[in-house]
Amino acid sequence: MIRLGGIALVAGLFSALFGVGGGIVIVPLLITLLAYDARIATATSLAAIIFTSIVGTAAHGALGNVDWTKALLIGIPAMAGLTLGLALKARISSQALTYAFAALLVAVAVRLVLS
Amino acid sequence: MTLEAVAVIVLGVAAGAVAGLFGVGGGIIFVPTLTLVLGLGQLEAEATSLLAIIPVALLGSWRQTKAGQVRWRDAIAIGLMSAGTAVAGALIADAAPERALRIGFAALLVLTAVQLVHRARRAAS
Repeated sequence: MIRLGGIALVAGLFSALFGVGGGIVIVPLLITLLAYDARIATATSLAAIIFTSIVGTAAHGALGNVDWTKALLIGIPAMAGLTLGLALKARISSQALTYAFAALLVAVAVRLVLS
Repeated sequence: MTLEAVAVIVLGVAAGAVAGLFGVGGGIIFVPTLTLVLGLGQLEAEATSLLAIIPVALLGSWRQTKAGQVRWRDAIAIGLMSAGTAVAGALIADAAPERALRIGFAALLVLTAVQLVHRARRAAS
């Protein structure tokens, strides 16, 4: 429970500070601190994110930072995308894809810093 | 429908697909899409991304629960105990300079990339 609490504290801060779910910190911590299998860690992290994101959204909403229309515009198509991604995962070897995606993330990071 | 709206829908689908494929949340795609394509500020993009994550996380956990992959007790414990720092994170983001938030987010993207490559290499070996 203490370990779960530690994971939760870091995840909440990361999530609301950067606008992400927090999986980037939850997944590796579940694996290293609680000996989770990678797939179960990912799935459990996604479930934890429901609660963290609701609290983060409420706090940001109270501060007037949330654009509700644009959230729907991007969030609803993402639900379709998720279904697609899960179907693809079962069919393809994802290693080359992972490297390509990692390279894309670095490119976006550079673009963000330069803009 | 404007070109931006089409781009956002396409990137929304891509964000969801990435979430399903790599198990990373949609947020790392949502935030840059909202800033670079829709012109939101970094703070508004992050706040809006959090809201957009909720339906994706709901659908994803429902699917993963059916596959028997979710440990709900731990998930609920983490979720509930993260509430305090989530509020703190929102307050810090709200007070932080735009530039600092943007650079912090860029660092998070690089960290995510490193972690994905590390995970893929470990899975391969």
